[in-house]
Amino acid sequence: MKASAMSLPGQPPALLQRVLSLNPVVILVVVLLAVIGTASLYSVADGSMRPWAFNHVLRFFVAFALMIGIALTPLKVWQLTAVPIYVAGLLLLLAVEFVGDVGGGGRRWIVLGPLRLQPSEFMKIGIVLVLAAYYHMLTIRQARTMTSLVVPVMLIALPCLLVVRQPDLGTTILVAASGVSVILLGGAPKRLFLGGLAAICAIVPLSWKYLLHDYQQARVMTFLNPQSDPLGAGYHIIQSKIAIGSGGVNGKGFLQGTQSHLNFLPEMHTDFIFTTIAEEHGLIGSLILLTLFLSYLAIGFVIALRCRSQYCRLVALGITMTIFFYVFINVGMVMGMLPVVGVPLPLISYGGSATLTLMAATGFLLNCDINRDLTLPKR
Amino acid sequence: MTRRLEETELDRTNLFRRRAFLLGGLQLAAFGALGARLYQLSILEGEEYRLLAEDNRLSLRFLAPLRGRILDFEGRELASNKRDFSIVVVPEQVDDLAQTLTELSRVVPISASQRELVLSRARRQRSFLPIKIKDNLPWEEFARFNAAAAYLPGVLPAAGTSRIYPHGSEAAHVLGYVGAVAQKDLTDDPVLSLPNFKIGKDGLERSYDTHLRGQAGTQRVEVNARGRMVREVAREEPATGAELRLTLDQRLQSYAAKRMGEESAGIVVMDVDSGEVRALVSTPAYDPNDFVDGISYTNWSALLADPRKPLINKALSGQYPPGSTFKMIVALAALEAGQITRETTHYCGGRFRLGNQRFHCWKRGGHGKLDLAGAIAQSCDVYFYEIAKELGQARIADMARRFGFGQRFDLPIPGEKTGLVPTPEWKKRARGVNWVGGDTINISIGQGALLATPLQLATMTSRLVNGGKAVTPKLVLAPTPEVQTQNEEVSAPLASPEHMETIKQAMIAVVNSKRGTARASALPKSLGQMGGKTGTAQVRRISEEERASGVLDNDVLAWRERDHALFVGFAPADTPRYAVAVLVQHGGGGSAVAAPVASDILREALSLDKARLQQAGLETPESGQSR
Repeated sequence: MKASAMSLPGQPPALLQRVLSLNPVVILVVVLLAVIGTASLYSVADGSMRPWAFNHVLRFFVAFALMIGIALTPLKVWQLTAVPIYVAGLLLLLAVEFVGDVGGGGRRWIVLGPLRLQPSEFMKIGIVLVLAAYYHMLTIRQARTMTSLVVPVMLIALPCLLVVRQPDLGTTILVAASGVSVILLGGAPKRLFLGGLAAICAIVPLSWKYLLHDYQQARVMTFLNPQSDPLGAGYHIIQSKIAIGSGGVNGKGFLQGTQSHLNFLPEMHTDFIFTTIAEEHGLIGSLILLTLFLSYLAIGFVIALRCRSQYCRLVALGITMTIFFYVFINVGMVMGMLPVVGVPLPLISYGGSATLTLMAATGFLLNCDINRDLTLPKR
Repeated sequence: MTRRLEETELDRTNLFRRRAFLLGGLQLAAFGALGARLYQLSILEGEEYRLLAEDNRLSLRFLAPLRGRILDFEGRELASNKRDFSIVVVPEQVDDLAQTLTELSRVVPISASQRELVLSRARRQRSFLPIKIKDNLPWEEFARFNAAAAYLPGVLPAAGTSRIYPHGSEAAHVLGYVGAVAQKDLTDDPVLSLPNFKIGKDGLERSYDTHLRGQAGTQRVEVNARGRMVREVAREEPATGAELRLTLDQRLQSYAAKRMGEESAGIVVMDVDSGEVRALVSTPAYDPNDFVDGISYTNWSALLADPRKPLINKALSGQYPPGSTFKMIVALAALEAGQITRETTHYCGGRFRLGNQRFHCWKRGGHGKLDLAGAIAQSCDVYFYEIAKELGQARIADMARRFGFGQRFDLPIPGEKTGLVPTPEWKKRARGVNWVGGDTINISIGQGALLATPLQLATMTSRLVNGGKAVTPKLVLAPTPEVQTQNEEVSAPLASPEHMETIKQAMIAVVNSKRGTARASALPKSLGQMGGKTGTAQVRRISEEERASGVLDNDVLAWRERDHALFVGFAPADTPRYAVAVLVQHGGGGSAVAAPVASDILREALSLDKARLQQAGLETPESGQSR
């Protein structure tokens, strides 16, 4: 409020003003999350900065710079480049299809010199930006027509089809869920969502048969009954639940997790890192972490409501929804509430792409916050 | 127009807000669900998961106990455990296994095949599991390795224990041996599943296995998901197996075994009053040490192929016709029946007729006129044919059973045999033909279907000279078996003392009279006299034609067809302490082959006693003071 009061309504704020109006609470939350992530990776490596914690810090700094960069870039730029970003993301996904690097059971990475990019990650933001830009152009009446839905559905379906082929079910779900959230916020008819729910119920059995890979089917099956294969596919979930449950209220203490340090848990430093935190820091530690994420979501919600332009609030809440899906799916799956679909816990899990995604998303969120009083023309 | 635009803009904002609150509520609900799930896992089901985590983390391992020792009656070791030095390598601690092995072989010789074995195992198993490079290292090699170990990271010294029989084959048939646990041996004792654990496979090692085995210790260790031990959490030491104390005198046992060498023989030495077995020897024997780590195929087939049957315990599993050593039983039966007295004489002309059958005395020309003592001393066959003709098989069989024939004493060694005391009923049942007079005549000189083990012969001798006590052989001093000595004390003598004295004197005459068959085997004067009886058990039938052309000498016969040489004896003559039975399978004549052995063994037994007394005499004043 302070910073925005200095600029005239409807005028883009100057650079200094933009710097001063960077939301300190968002930055604090992000830094705290990164600290927790680094500490957890340090513990997972049996009390060592190598091989993960050190890189995690480095990546965080790079991503932090990116976040600030995105936040300070004039909103106009992003509004204009939403479509090019989306198209570039789509092309990268296509490139993965043909020249991508295989790893971790799927073809997901594209190698550019020293960089290993996972284009599907960036599409999570790209879809929000492009749909926000689309709905910003529409009047409410237009948004409520069925024909207005053709473009958004295409925009969502294209990347989803490419990502699910990699195969990466987790990212597909995130992209689709984020996209659908923006459509809903943009004003699409309510009955459509009731119909869409029915359609999903119809599609699930079909996609089970024709779309899902064997290992994906196995993951869903083990989710439904992990004890059916305790040493095979169900192992992850069983050991993860044991780790979380055995942490109790206070946890076993930093570096004291038996499940983590005796290697009963696989993929601890990536998708299952929440398990280590819950084991070592107990219910209290887990709730602190979840509260931190919840504060992030709450700030995102407040920022979205404060924005005056449709574009900004759609971006702000769309991004918030993306982060929400990340956290909910990851934590839900390690606790055995959701099937294991391979979604990392952003800023906590080791992995450059997810960190960059979250920080870039936060950059857009900050950007919206800075420009919340701006009213943008529809074109 | 602007107005309208603003209105629609307001609509859009309101719609956005409504839906934003819907999604926000959704987010809150979802996080509530996550929190509830966390609460469920860590509070409601926390205890269960804590147990599961402990179960994951902790692994119970069993520690092998040391096997109890087996000792002789004075505490000398017959079976024990030795430190077993070996070298192991942990592949994950080694950079280049092949290179390390090459360096190690400069210090300790490693065969090419052993090297290959280590390398191939390293490829197959988890890299943190140690692989044995070489075991049973001599001390010098082990010391040399330890000096060099600092330069060979990942190569480690290891010490275990293994069973050792310090006297090798000398008590093999008594002790038996230990070997690897077979599938059928597995019980609920967890220690049996330990790698390298050994259990008794034969002899006392087998029959006292649970006694000797001890109790497994436990070790609670923290393990990781791959089963590697991270650290020890708790430990309960294993309990060493109980000791087993035998009645054997190791020195006498060794002496007897060495005395027989590679001859095929069975020897039993017993204390005549207590029945304690001081030596129980069967030769040739195997070395039980060879069996501990599994016997090689060539060794095993050599043992099986040996015609002298090293695997058979001849002292109690070998059944032989007792030959003339049986004559005391026939004489005693006749005395007890009142049929003869010690003065009864018979004339031996070298042959005896029963119906149309002819029986011969071993001495072609005959012995002339003999009384009972003379008949036993000179082992006249005709004298006993004469007695047996009237006495009948029933009385002989009854006396034989009274003195221990035809029964087992249930020594705790597998394979004890009953022998055979033939009766008319037995013959009808087993062979389907009737008993004839000639059968009794054959039995009277210990031939025919009569079979006895050396253990039974030693028992017979003990009972003959201990005043008629029905002593039974004992092999184990501690733990003491159920007390069964009482009825021996209470029961009446097996025969009248007077008659038994007659027999005993006749047996003394066998060794000490001018014409005694064992006169060459008398003890040295300083140790007093011994008594005994020779026996030569015929293995092949001698035909009439052969007898006419001259009986073949044992030396020219094939080993399998030679006579068994037997001798039963006791010493000292006046107050008998030890009874001995010697059987040399296909050894030849009892007086030439078995009697000298028995004499040497009795001499050794008495000498050991004498030395023991002297030592006690020296020590008595000091020990008297201290008490």
